[in-house]
Amino acid sequence: MAAIEVNNISRAYGQVQALDAVSLSVEYGELFGLIGPDGAGKSTLFRILTTLLLADKGQATVAGHDVEKAYRQIRKQVGYMPGRFSLYQDLTVEENLKFFATIFNTTVEENYNLIKDIYEQIEPFKKRPAGKLSGGMKQKLALSCALIHKPKVLFLDEPTTGVDAVSRQEFWDMLKSLKAKGIAILVSTPYMDEAGMCDRIALIQNGRILQTDTPGKIVDSYPSPLYAIRSGNNYELLKILRDMDYTRSALPFGEYLHLATHANVSIDEIISSLDPADYPDLEVRPIEPDIEDLFLELSREV
Amino acid sequence: MKFNPADMQAYSIEVDHLTKKFGQFTAVDQISFKVAKGEIFGFLGANGAGKTTAMRMLTGLSKPTSGSGMVAGFDVIHDYEKIKTRIGYMSQKFSLYEDLTVKQNIRFFGGIYGLSKQEIRQKTDAILHDLRLSEVASKLVASLPLGWKQRLAFAISMVHDPDIVFLDEPTGGVDPMVRREFWEAIYEAAGHGRTIFVTTHYLDEAEYCDRVSIMVAGKIEALDTPANLKKQFGSQTMNDVFLKLVR
Amino acid sequence: MIKVFRAFIQKEIYHILRDRRTLLILFGMPVAQVLIFGFAVTNEFKNANIDILDHAKDQTSSKLVRHMTSSGHFNVNRMLVSEKQVEEGFRSGKTDLVMVIPTDFSKDLYTYDPAQVQLIADGSDPNMANALVQYARVMINDFQQQEYKEPANPYQVNIETRMLYNPLLESAYNFIPGTIALILLIISAMMTSLTIAREKEQGTMEILLVSPLPPLLIILGKVAPYAILSFIDAVLILVMGYFIFGVPVTGSLVLLLCLCMVYVITALSLGTLISTTSETQQDAMMKSLIGLLMPSTLLSGFIFPLTSMPEVLQYISHIIPATYFIEILKGIMLRGVGLEYIIFEVSVLLFMIVAFLTLTWKKFKIRLE
Repeated sequence: MAAIEVNNISRAYGQVQALDAVSLSVEYGELFGLIGPDGAGKSTLFRILTTLLLADKGQATVAGHDVEKAYRQIRKQVGYMPGRFSLYQDLTVEENLKFFATIFNTTVEENYNLIKDIYEQIEPFKKRPAGKLSGGMKQKLALSCALIHKPKVLFLDEPTTGVDAVSRQEFWDMLKSLKAKGIAILVSTPYMDEAGMCDRIALIQNGRILQTDTPGKIVDSYPSPLYAIRSGNNYELLKILRDMDYTRSALPFGEYLHLATHANVSIDEIISSLDPADYPDLEVRPIEPDIEDLFLELSREV
Repeated sequence: MKFNPADMQAYSIEVDHLTKKFGQFTAVDQISFKVAKGEIFGFLGANGAGKTTAMRMLTGLSKPTSGSGMVAGFDVIHDYEKIKTRIGYMSQKFSLYEDLTVKQNIRFFGGIYGLSKQEIRQKTDAILHDLRLSEVASKLVASLPLGWKQRLAFAISMVHDPDIVFLDEPTGGVDPMVRREFWEAIYEAAGHGRTIFVTTHYLDEAEYCDRVSIMVAGKIEALDTPANLKKQFGSQTMNDVFLKLVR
Repeated sequence: MIKVFRAFIQKEIYHILRDRRTLLILFGMPVAQVLIFGFAVTNEFKNANIDILDHAKDQTSSKLVRHMTSSGHFNVNRMLVSEKQVEEGFRSGKTDLVMVIPTDFSKDLYTYDPAQVQLIADGSDPNMANALVQYARVMINDFQQQEYKEPANPYQVNIETRMLYNPLLESAYNFIPGTIALILLIISAMMTSLTIAREKEQGTMEILLVSPLPPLLIILGKVAPYAILSFIDAVLILVMGYFIFGVPVTGSLVLLLCLCMVYVITALSLGTLISTTSETQQDAMMKSLIGLLMPSTLLSGFIFPLTSMPEVLQYISHIIPATYFIEILKGIMLRGVGLEYIIFEVSVLLFMIVAFLTLTWKKFKIRLE
């Protein structure tokens, strides 16, 4: 049986439909990414799966237990890192870890091998209050605390939000070594560029899952040719491209514009459609779409 | 983007060996750079690299220990109070009062920048018209979708026609479509000659900027266009550039 | 389970010890409050203005007046001629005390009929009034002994005191029971509701809930340290009251401490109830202040006597635990009564514990909502 099994889960807060018939499953030893912007419903799904919230409709099991009926069993077997830093800021690194080990009826020593690689990085600061750690270190401590009772399933709600690029990279490396130990990991992130770190991902927006697959296959499903275009004046160029007949969509993407065209247009046609006098340093090249392109495409369809 | 790095004559920000020390600790260590009028300038750094301290000096909230600088035509050491009247500020965390209506927010921020009633009325009309918010003018900001709020916040940060707008992590974590709309609004503002100063630690956000500086341990370690930086470090993404630089 | 509980308590103690504000409220506030109330009550006064209505107008009565002023504490403001003038002085604020000497004062003093002297004070400032009356009483008895040159006979001069505006002024020792009741309420109810709300606010409650900890243990773990601290505070206040202000415990000390514990549990159950309905510390703080502290200070009989309140407020005072606890404390400390005299108040507190805990139990969520 899968580590996490979600079937048609729906949940509303008053008028707002936070989750709308969401289904997914995560295997043991799999790193599954739930990718979507703030307010997409990621945290709501996490809270339902960690037995903190009840769904309005649908069923879900975690580690083989029903999230509603068998919440006690689930609470023994999952590790959870909520969206915001949720440790005791006035307790030291060491005290936090010890406390969480004790409330899960274990000791730091018993499962130390599981957190060794992570904890060693913050060990030099073990006497420091958790509130005084940097973002990256807080996150490592939170992960250590979530792992200390050797959970079978790990829920990480936006662990990389507000953390700098270096710490983010390190964090994803840690997750890879954890999943190799057979732990099922469900991780959420608003950053599309982190999708590639996951085995499988689900794109979520406004409470609905847009698509679920491996990052590679999701990208392959992009429906049309895509070009990266750049000039000295991207903003003017963007406005002109949007009026062209061959354009499906034109959107800014960093220093480039991404132009999705209808199938029957070549690079030369695009270049010749633009006045070279206006765009002396025009650059057009075909590109592979990334997750963000696909997300934009899918949310356009909705 | 009418900006062209080749002909920088008019600078909005010019700082020379700007330094801030807290006791023995040097938070910002002799940074020097120039930002042209109408440029979108990305100001990057890891947590604790000194970004916030540097930005506080640029916005007149903190006095430099040494060095000199001009922001929006005013000296950062002597005329820092005047700087505040010529800059706008928007942060993702706090920008608008959710329990006030759209109109009340505009009126309030117009008021604190000393706009006359007449000017506030004109500005209100202009913002409501440009953002197509006339129908929700009397609704609470809390009831607006995130994307609208953000563009409204941006428009309000420019209510007093500042020379420079400081944006603090403006689009981290927001919906990709909303983010695009927001950047288009930024491009438009820059096209009108307004300087945009973006601090962020989301590196994909940096790719939208004309030029990017990266701070490491109080110093600016790299400053160029995203394309040149990527070339210089042999990387595909700014994320990679950043990792190579910081590690 | 014991190990888990111990870890929880230890964590709680770290929180308390590392937060100066908490420490200040826990130990600074009781000390400050006792000292402030204490010194306000035993305030030394000098040159208090006394009006005298002398119906006797003889040698003895003028001797008495001289005796009163000789101490330097009283200063004759004016001599009144009629009863009607009594209130004028109080209204204008110039008079602190009025002494009425009856026509046959000297006759009564030297015969076996008890002499009647009436003292009228401004009860709207009960502490001051009380102190003045006490002092004047001593002075009058003193005078009588001097005149009679015989061992004190307290029945010789009957001093009739009338408190204007606040007829049932009670003992000055009132402040110790009142302070204990208030401090225990603040620490037990407000502090526990704050600390539980803090866990919600910081998101740690989320993690605690997603752990195998039973909810009861979470609550007990949060509450126990404060129960002990409240109890320590109660003892601290009693000790301060005894040694600094000489407030005695005339009844059984063991009974007193046991009932302090009962009250602490009442307050704690109230605190947990508040915390189950508050999401943030600010929320919990507002609810404790408006729902608990204000009514307990104003309506428990601590500052204003219950009997002089409008009927509606009297009803409200009956649902405030502090009202009953102050009665219990006064009974044991000042009147020295045993359990049988305060059994009603004790039963009410016990009933409140059961009610609050039942409500908490129903309201405490095993989930977030």
